[in-house]
Amino acid sequence: MGRYRNVSFLAAAIFLQILGLAIQVKSPTENHPARLIRVWAVSTITPFEKGLVRIQSGASDLWHDYFYLRSVRQENRELRDQIEQLQIEQVRMKQDADQAHRLQSLLGFKEQFIAKTLAAQVIGSSGSEQSRTVTIDRGSRDGVQADMAVISATGVVGKVISVFKSTAQVLLINDQQSGVGTILEQSRLQGVLKGKSSGELLIDKIMPDEEVKPGDRVLTSGGDQIFPKGLIIGNVDRIEKGPEFLQVTVRPTAALNRLEEVLVILKKEERDPTSTAANARASDILAERLPSVPDKPPAPANAAGSATAGHAVSVPRVAHVQPVTASSEIPGQVKSPSASASAVAKAPSAPASNPSNPTGAPVVTKPATTSSAQTSKPAPKQPAPATSKPIADSPSTQPQPSNPGDTPQ
Amino acid sequence: MALTYTSREQIEVYRFSLPVTLIVPLVAVFLQVFLPLRFPFFAIFDLPLLIVIFFAMARRSQVAGLVTGAAIGLLQDSLAGASHPLGLYGIAKTVVGYGASSLGVKLDVESVGTRFLVVIGFDVIHELIYFLIARGMVRMNMHWNWAHELESAFANAILAVFLFALMDRLKDRA
Repeated sequence: MGRYRNVSFLAAAIFLQILGLAIQVKSPTENHPARLIRVWAVSTITPFEKGLVRIQSGASDLWHDYFYLRSVRQENRELRDQIEQLQIEQVRMKQDADQAHRLQSLLGFKEQFIAKTLAAQVIGSSGSEQSRTVTIDRGSRDGVQADMAVISATGVVGKVISVFKSTAQVLLINDQQSGVGTILEQSRLQGVLKGKSSGELLIDKIMPDEEVKPGDRVLTSGGDQIFPKGLIIGNVDRIEKGPEFLQVTVRPTAALNRLEEVLVILKKEERDPTSTAANARASDILAERLPSVPDKPPAPANAAGSATAGHAVSVPRVAHVQPVTASSEIPGQVKSPSASASAVAKAPSAPASNPSNPTGAPVVTKPATTSSAQTSKPAPKQPAPATSKPIADSPSTQPQPSNPGDTPQ
Repeated sequence: MALTYTSREQIEVYRFSLPVTLIVPLVAVFLQVFLPLRFPFFAIFDLPLLIVIFFAMARRSQVAGLVTGAAIGLLQDSLAGASHPLGLYGIAKTVVGYGASSLGVKLDVESVGTRFLVVIGFDVIHELIYFLIARGMVRMNMHWNWAHELESAFANAILAVFLFALMDRLKDRA
């Protein structure tokens, strides 16, 4: 010990000063620089976390895939049945989505697509109840940046706050420092969702005379410019009257205390909504649905001598057209009034996770205009003449001519 | 007549009074930050480094040498500006203090030639450590220029010869 005493002193003095440097200096390589000591601590601990998670998942996979195969056949059959049901439902939803896209293109809406996501595994937590964060095994070298939204299959999880080379820290939505722009699906009330120290989610600053119902879905409003619009956060759990405002407690759909795998939204895109009818013009689509003047029927032989000043116009029969189903609106859709909107019926609902989206990611809509005016009522229809009819919801549903002579144009 | 054999190596260990221990480093740091304002060429010198080397070689105690180096280095860091992190000069001078005191045990550091060469060597080591930490840890934008560093080392060595001769009067034999 005596031989190395001086060397130990030297090492201790240098170590203390390096520690002091690490506390002061922020690593300049990331968007949000983190102190060196934090970078070192994360770099030291995360390899062990990753290794443990890999061992655990490997052992679990080995057990379930090779040893514990009980009731696998029955589960397989049930899952196949479920898939068939979902496929049928998907076809129906696709038709609804196609119609919504066409209507959106008429109104000039732009859709905000989640263009690119990155799957990540949760490898650690903050270890503290004061700070609700998790660590994921993706970092800057995978394209992760600070302020990127993080979601799971069941709902919104949080946003990236610190990025390191191969890991990142995610601030959960139930943390006290978190704030998410929200909108209630039914009442269309907007607010900011915050976390409480107990881990609950709360929408504050809602006027007491507003109507909020338990069970109402809470979606992202897109106003925070982090989370795309229309992603599900949770459901209204209970409503309490505060001294000035309502306090709406929200139960999140994502299991925030049991996260294993998440998706980081790397890229969002805005583009005009696609339509299955390629190159279909709005006027063409409208023309298919509007009534037209039928051709003049051939004059009978007896009436050849009687002069008629004009054409005999027969009143076209009202063809049977399947009306647009007036169900709930597209979640998060904000309508802006326009000239063409007056003739458009309310759009049918489209789920947040739209299966028709080729990217497989949720599709949300936002109007091209910056107006934030919201209406809970559908756009008013034009006063219809006696022979007019509502716009059909599907191009395949053509007005059936009741008279062979009456062919719509 | 009995023959006696004595070792040729008689290591003399010196100590300094408390006022000298406190005031001399402070004066050195003060001059280092003040003089370049009036005489820009003075920036090439590193007075606090020379003081660290002198104290370390005189005391010949590695612990004392590294503590002196750390203290003077941190003091110099604290006066270098808010953007200059604490610890850059501290680490470099800690290593120099330890090395100089280790060398003082083994060499006769009283001679002019030894002092000249020792100061050149430790000046280069000091700049190298500073550069490595500033570039590697703090990611400061620095470039190593051998010509400039050797020029600085020679300048400090020449100054040290005169300065050490002056400060020899402050030593007390332990």
